Amino acid sequence: MTRFFEPLLTSRYGIHESWKLANAEKAGAYRVAREALTARKPAELKEEVKKANLRGRGGAGFPAGVKWGFLNPQEGDQVYLVINADESEPGTFKDRSIMDLDPHRLLEGAIISCFAIDAHVAYIYVRGELAFSAARLEAAIAEAKQAGYLGQRPFGIEHPIDIHVHLGAGAYICGEETALLNSLEGRRGEPRLKPPFPAVKGVFGMPTIVNNVESIASVPDIIEMGGDAWASLSRLPGDGGVRIYGVSGHVKNPGLYEAPVGITMRELIEDYAGGMLRDRPLKAVIPGGSSTPLLDPRRKVHAPNPDHPLHQWDGMSEIDVPMGVDTYRALGTMLGTCCAIVMDDTVSMVEACRNLMRFYKHESCGQCTPCREGCGWLVDVLDNLCAGRGKHEDVDLLVNIANNMMGNTICAFADGTAMPMLGMVQKFREEFMDAALNGIPDSVRHDESVRSLVEVQA
Amino acid sequence: MAFALTPDREKQVDEILTRYPERRAALLPMLWLCQRQHGWISPEVIEYVAERLGLSTAAVKGVVTFYTMFFDEPVGENIIWVCRTLSCDLRGGKVIQEHLEQKLGCSAGQTSSDGKFTLLKAECLAACGQAPMVQINDRYYENLDVELLDRIIEAHLTKGAEAAAEEFATHATFRGPRKGASSAPPPPSKEAVRVASQPPPSARSSKGDES
Ligand SMILES: Cc1cc2nc3c(=O)[nH]c(=O)nc-3n(C[C@H](O)[C@H](O)[C@H](O)COP(=O)(O)O)c2cc1C
Ligand code: FES
Repeated sequence: MTRFFEPLLTSRYGIHESWKLANAEKAGAYRVAREALTARKPAELKEEVKKANLRGRGGAGFPAGVKWGFLNPQEGDQVYLVINADESEPGTFKDRSIMDLDPHRLLEGAIISCFAIDAHVAYIYVRGELAFSAARLEAAIAEAKQAGYLGQRPFGIEHPIDIHVHLGAGAYICGEETALLNSLEGRRGEPRLKPPFPAVKGVFGMPTIVNNVESIASVPDIIEMGGDAWASLSRLPGDGGVRIYGVSGHVKNPGLYEAPVGITMRELIEDYAGGMLRDRPLKAVIPGGSSTPLLDPRRKVHAPNPDHPLHQWDGMSEIDVPMGVDTYRALGTMLGTCCAIVMDDTVSMVEACRNLMRFYKHESCGQCTPCREGCGWLVDVLDNLCAGRGKHEDVDLLVNIANNMMGNTICAFADGTAMPMLGMVQKFREEFMDAALNGIPDSVRHDESVRSLVEVQA
Repeated sequence: MAFALTPDREKQVDEILTRYPERRAALLPMLWLCQRQHGWISPEVIEYVAERLGLSTAAVKGVVTFYTMFFDEPVGENIIWVCRTLSCDLRGGKVIQEHLEQKLGCSAGQTSSDGKFTLLKAECLAACGQAPMVQINDRYYENLDVELLDRIIEAHLTKGAEAAAEEFATHATFRGPRKGASSAPPPPSKEAVRVASQPPPSARSSKGDES
């Protein structure tokens, strides 16, 4: 029962030179901001965002309205808005499209948000590799300033707003909000201990709201439609609106698709992404960026108890559960960034796992011992398994290392490494055991890759 | 040899400093300006930046070494980053890397003998739906196959990086629903992100529009 909706977030993507102010404005850009700043009160705007049940699009799914509510600036405090455009979670490529194709939607969201939370300065922290997207944003900021939507008197009101782009320089960890704040301050991107949370003590020691690009880009629609109406676009309670779904890997049409919150993974793969590449069977899918434990289509939801949050889907495949922050948590995984990595039956899970763990080893900031040492150790063990030098005990060793990383570090990086590791072993244990005995068959062992281009093109 | 930014870039530093309440926050932007001018962050650059922002050279160096995109040794004229994370590897990232190694005569982490290219492995570059891909200097080249890659490298050699980017570099582009999804991989294309707000017509007609 796939139902298709009019696009909201991506509605301007298709117009000619959509990133230019004149074109975006013809299609409605800044109408909501003008109304919000000149005719609405900040408290009302905050209330709409709260009602919208906007769950953070950066990975953790925290309700944006609740986060905004944590602000309690003291005398002399300056509130900052920081927009997280670090987009580095493997598999994730959605925020870039907003910056490239509709930067004015992000700016409009930022302007409304700054007004709502009483901030005068917003920083957009863009990962260093996305220099092109950063340039698009800079150009859009210049246009908006020229038009009087930013600067000393945006839309003529006495609430100065400036937005600055800050370019990172290549470090996944800078997506973690406190590492990002350190990086923004000109330091090494090492996460800070929480509390204090950024809303209390963030950038430059001031109360700071950190939100993902897509979260902020959703704000204009929320204000225009009203929080309740926007929330009800979703198929799930408590998790509102529409979002951008990404699909990469072995599907016919990898790419980005806007849809309401709560479509199923099966719909995403079959109806949106055109089905599996070369019609091969789906083996596993990593649902929302590499830190989210994978789904195995053969596995059935076990929720016979009517009180179980997933009872409605009892006995159905994991990929038939609607994609939501809470439903996926109940399923033992996470929705993360909602960008799926799809793998067909030719993929070795051990090899795929090694690929990802190598990523974490490379990106661990090294501050905390369990994470620094754990990531490296996992890769060593997986290297042995892949090369046929492994032992059966290695499989339990992987589990043991991962368990000792969880919860023992400053930030969630180690959990984001350990959880998918544990998920892989839990769901594909036989394959790890087999690798321990026999290594990986040459056909899938392209040393470091999972599958060759030549094969894909055959 | 002491290093200094050009007067133009110096003016940019002045402007950048106005964006932040603390001078130190200008460090990353300033390092970018220096690297764009000088190609890498030499010890002289570190001294210059430290002096300008009132930081110790150790503090600046600590930052430079933290971030993969700042080079603390000289590099080739062009930098090629090959993405080797999962989504790219599922679509042939390994083949792209091997082809480049063969073509440039150096392995990842090295510079070609003519000094034209430094080849580096990259982790996910947020272009997973257009895999496999590489970044050359600060532009992306997506939906690659070996032939397209050859043309891109040739263009860098014969026409220069800017003209090559003009011709081949990709950015997010809207591409509406594709008609009649086939099992062949999508053809290499200048269009990068395929954002379909609606599913392909085939899916629509077979599933129908529930109302
Ligand atoms: C290791 C790690 C990496 C992260 N990377 C990103 C990222 O690239 N982009 C992002 O928006 N959030 C990222 N996050 C989440 C942020 O810490 C933060 O929760 C988020 O930016 C808040 O915005 P939201 O509530 O709008 O999602 C990351 C978190 C961790 C632990
Ligand atoms: S895996 Fe290569 S861009 Fe994401």
